[in-house]
Amino acid sequence: MTSPLRKSVVSVPVEHRSPHRPVASYREELAVISELDLALKVPKLALKNVCLSYATNSHNRLVALKNISLQVQPGEFLCIVGPSGCGKSTLLHLIAGLHQQSSGDVLVDNTPVQGPGTDRILIFQELGLFPWLTVAQNVEFGMRMKGIAKPQRDANVRDYLRLVHLHQFKDSYIHQLSGGMRQRVALARALATEPDVLLMDEPFAALDAQTRDLLHDELERIWAKTRRTIIFVTHNVREAVRLGDRVILLTFRPGQVKREYRIDLPRPRHLEDVHVACSAREILNDLREEINKSIEEEYGLEAHA
Amino acid sequence: MKRTLRYVLFYSSLIGLWALLAKLHVWPPYIFPTPWGVAETLRSGFADHSFWVAIAVSMRRMLIGYGVSVVLGLALGLGIASNKFLEQTIGGLLVSLQSLPSICWLPIAVLWFGLTEKAILFVVVMGSLLSVTISMETGRKQLPKIYTMAGRNLGARGVRLFWHVTLPASLPYIVTGLKQGWAFAWRSLISGEMIFVTLGLGQLLMMGRDLNDMSQVIAVMILIVVLGYLVDGVFFRTIERQLQQRWGLATAA
Repeated sequence: MTSPLRKSVVSVPVEHRSPHRPVASYREELAVISELDLALKVPKLALKNVCLSYATNSHNRLVALKNISLQVQPGEFLCIVGPSGCGKSTLLHLIAGLHQQSSGDVLVDNTPVQGPGTDRILIFQELGLFPWLTVAQNVEFGMRMKGIAKPQRDANVRDYLRLVHLHQFKDSYIHQLSGGMRQRVALARALATEPDVLLMDEPFAALDAQTRDLLHDELERIWAKTRRTIIFVTHNVREAVRLGDRVILLTFRPGQVKREYRIDLPRPRHLEDVHVACSAREILNDLREEINKSIEEEYGLEAHA
Repeated sequence: MKRTLRYVLFYSSLIGLWALLAKLHVWPPYIFPTPWGVAETLRSGFADHSFWVAIAVSMRRMLIGYGVSVVLGLALGLGIASNKFLEQTIGGLLVSLQSLPSICWLPIAVLWFGLTEKAILFVVVMGSLLSVTISMETGRKQLPKIYTMAGRNLGARGVRLFWHVTLPASLPYIVTGLKQGWAFAWRSLISGEMIFVTLGLGQLLMMGRDLNDMSQVIAVMILIVVLGYLVDGVFFRTIERQLQQRWGLATAA
């Protein structure tokens, strides 16, 4: 963090040496600094009162997202859960710059997002891997668009394919791979552009339980190694608790932040851990309310139709 | 192996039947040519290079005419697919023009360009432009949105997005149109050449008629069929198959 704000952080502790507060040991002072540092650090990503609505027909407007405000710290693993139709995916598209919010700000490093950028890479639910390219060419794609030289690209492709354990499949085409392998290609392709923020849209929803367990471990390992900021959208609460530093629950239409949960469980975690299950249960209870709302609305719509 | 055997058997018995009929002298040779007469014409035609020249000239016209119509067609199709106004105006016009046999463009071509190379190229272009355009348009429309989104997400935009994502992503959809365009261009070219243009296979065919040389007529027809098959059935089919394999669309063949 080399932003100008950083300087002010260093100078702030002086004010805190007020007469009411005896200056304790050097160590304590350091603790104060780091606390303030954290509080004043520019978040990697900030959403301020983000709203999104669109016209469904000439009379009605659907409010998809309403007053979403949240901050994500650099290197944080944030999970977003919510019932289907709460606008989770849309939120990621906004951050990725693929859609434009109706009002409010989406800030990355304190600068408004303007269109897509390789500092924020989205892994789509359907992945969107290119079937006309080999695994290696898929991983290379973002770097090619960035204009990175061929030798460097080759080296990076090798590194990232090794990271996801797919190096021996570098010349395969996408259709030749299993679902879990495709997920890993998508992950390698996203990481290879070296984004600061990795956006993942229910990436493991279509996988079998064993493959998903493996990929959870792998994602956690890669996250720990690369220290990227990750925003992970899922409808699976347990998955969110297993992976996230923090979980945010969105309400059913319009999507609003309902509650926030800090997950302080030690890592590595496992999906079957008792603590994971306990934390998940708490969130699940809140989520159930929203799911009931969504069911009500859907049945209600049917009754009218 | 069995298939090859069947092919060999079928074609040799076809030629055998032809030879038998010719041997029986039911019709005079200027009406019903002999297989050996046709074979001799083919041999001498290639020996004195006249067939080679005709093939080269026709192929050159094809490459230029078809090349132009592919570039124009892709651009036009893309424009129509991405612009509602163009779609409702030019798009509709193109579909209705498709019912016009390409040789109907010949009078216009001759009036505009005279009896020149340009006229024949014009006919070839008009013959294949429409099918290329329409297939590009439908290809662009069927293209799953996810590919362009993923491309933009990875930093591709503008021309690079088109070249690296949109075009390859719609290839399986447009290759059929490209193939059809080639077939139409080929027909238009031969018809056009038969009517007025010097050199080329079509003209060689008409020369056979003028000289009352039935062997030459048949020999040139065989050439046209073989060339057409080589491009259509071998070249395009290979591309199609490779594309399908890459995309994982291949059916066990």
